[in-house]
Amino acid sequence: MYSEAVMDHFTNPRNVGELENADGIGEVGNPKCGDIMKMYLKINGDVIEDVKFKTFGCGSAIASSSMVTELIKGKTIQEAMKISNQDVAEELGGLPPVKMHCSVLAEQAIKSALQDYSHKTGIKIEGLEDFDFTEPEH
Amino acid sequence: MNKYIYMDNAATTKVDDKVLDVMLPYFKEEYGNPSSTYSLGVKARVAMEEARAYVAKTINAEDKEIFFTSGGSEADNWAIKGVAYANQAKGKHIITSKVEHHAVLHTCEYLEKKGYEVTYVDVDEFGMVNPKDVEDAIREDTILITIMYANNEVGTIMPIKEIGEIAKAHNIYFHTDAVQVVGVLDIDVKELNIDLLSMSAHKLHGPKGIGALYIKRGVKIDSLIIGGGQEKSRRAGTENLAGIVGMAKALELAYSDNTERNIRLIEKRDLLINKIMEAIPHTKLNGHPEKRLPGNVNVSIRFIEGEGMLLSLDMMGIAASSGSACTSGSLDPSHVLLAMGLTHEIAHGSLRLSISEENTIEDIDYVVKTLAKAVERLRLMSPLYEDFIKGE
Repeated sequence: MYSEAVMDHFTNPRNVGELENADGIGEVGNPKCGDIMKMYLKINGDVIEDVKFKTFGCGSAIASSSMVTELIKGKTIQEAMKISNQDVAEELGGLPPVKMHCSVLAEQAIKSALQDYSHKTGIKIEGLEDFDFTEPEH
Repeated sequence: MNKYIYMDNAATTKVDDKVLDVMLPYFKEEYGNPSSTYSLGVKARVAMEEARAYVAKTINAEDKEIFFTSGGSEADNWAIKGVAYANQAKGKHIITSKVEHHAVLHTCEYLEKKGYEVTYVDVDEFGMVNPKDVEDAIREDTILITIMYANNEVGTIMPIKEIGEIAKAHNIYFHTDAVQVVGVLDIDVKELNIDLLSMSAHKLHGPKGIGALYIKRGVKIDSLIIGGGQEKSRRAGTENLAGIVGMAKALELAYSDNTERNIRLIEKRDLLINKIMEAIPHTKLNGHPEKRLPGNVNVSIRFIEGEGMLLSLDMMGIAASSGSACTSGSLDPSHVLLAMGLTHEIAHGSLRLSISEENTIEDIDYVVKTLAKAVERLRLMSPLYEDFIKGE
């Protein structure tokens, strides 16, 4: 059912954990639908120096979280803003249609953490003001 | 990894060698159509009627009251739709429970769209139907009560005798989906006042694609599959003879030592439950502790989601199932667990292990050890667990 990349990221997820004194923390999803993603960002200047995640969810939710952290680590905020759920799914070698919402959650988790950073620092991030965090359809 | 441990026997079972042996001749040697009048056909008919007699005997029914179907789902559909259609002059109200198999639940929902009314009685925290709730739901226009014999997810065995008495006292047909129970517990349809009973062969080491509906003589029921005159013109289609013969053999084997086997299975089941509880904190047993199927273990493991558990177990050669939404492709987790009052979060973390005689004590140890490791890993990734630990 899952690609090799999904199984790899599920079995050996990258960047699991928490960051003390994180500059931005984002949490999306809810236990009702079975997925919660929490992202921690360490930002220096406009570079995402470190990122960690914690996820409650199925195999593809864990793999999507892991993949998105790899994609944004070391990138600038503007580069991270450009990463879409499609990028996450593609890098994972594709997700089954019923699991595409996991990649949407991963994208939203990053944006939610960036929004938190923006609120805390007052630094405006283009494209975040009108970002829609509504729960993706399963 | 060579080890493969199958602990999903409530989903399906491996066909017993003895069952396969009696089936094989009906593919290439005794392939006659039971409706044909020449000797090949007659031989097929004789084998079929012998099998029917055996199936009937196991539930204390008469031969004429057994109708072969393609399995449990067809039997459920037939019982419910057939009785509903044939008795609509009397009424259009059906009573069932919230924890039925989807073959019953979705059939009832379908009938609701066709103008029938259905009462879905609640269950208690163990998934048990209260017979009084069934009685209270009875109306003038109630034509059918359909309550499963035992629940396929949590293994709870329902008070079928009491419900049968209520149905009889009110002169209402009583159907039970006994798919999880046939071959496991002794069933006497007369003593239990059962009018219709669904069964399936593949849950008891028989083949897939064959089941039966017991229809008590005199029950008014329409046919679903119309065509030739098979099954006394009530279920058309050339009979699945190999399946029928295999089903009878599977029943014979299942009932040859079910009492002793159940004692052995219950011992292993309770060992598995206790070991899981000991090895994994924040775990809850779902279903009734005693009134449960001998092979059923169902636990909710907090702070994690079921599909991740199944993936982890599968990678280590263990087959199990979960009531998590992610494994069913739907938004909600198991309707059974939700009806029992579990929160969504806890229902998502459910795991069902259904054992058979093939599972050894070593298997149980390996499963518990593997599961505990998988749970620990997944919990370390879970924000819910993090919140819980920080809140402590």
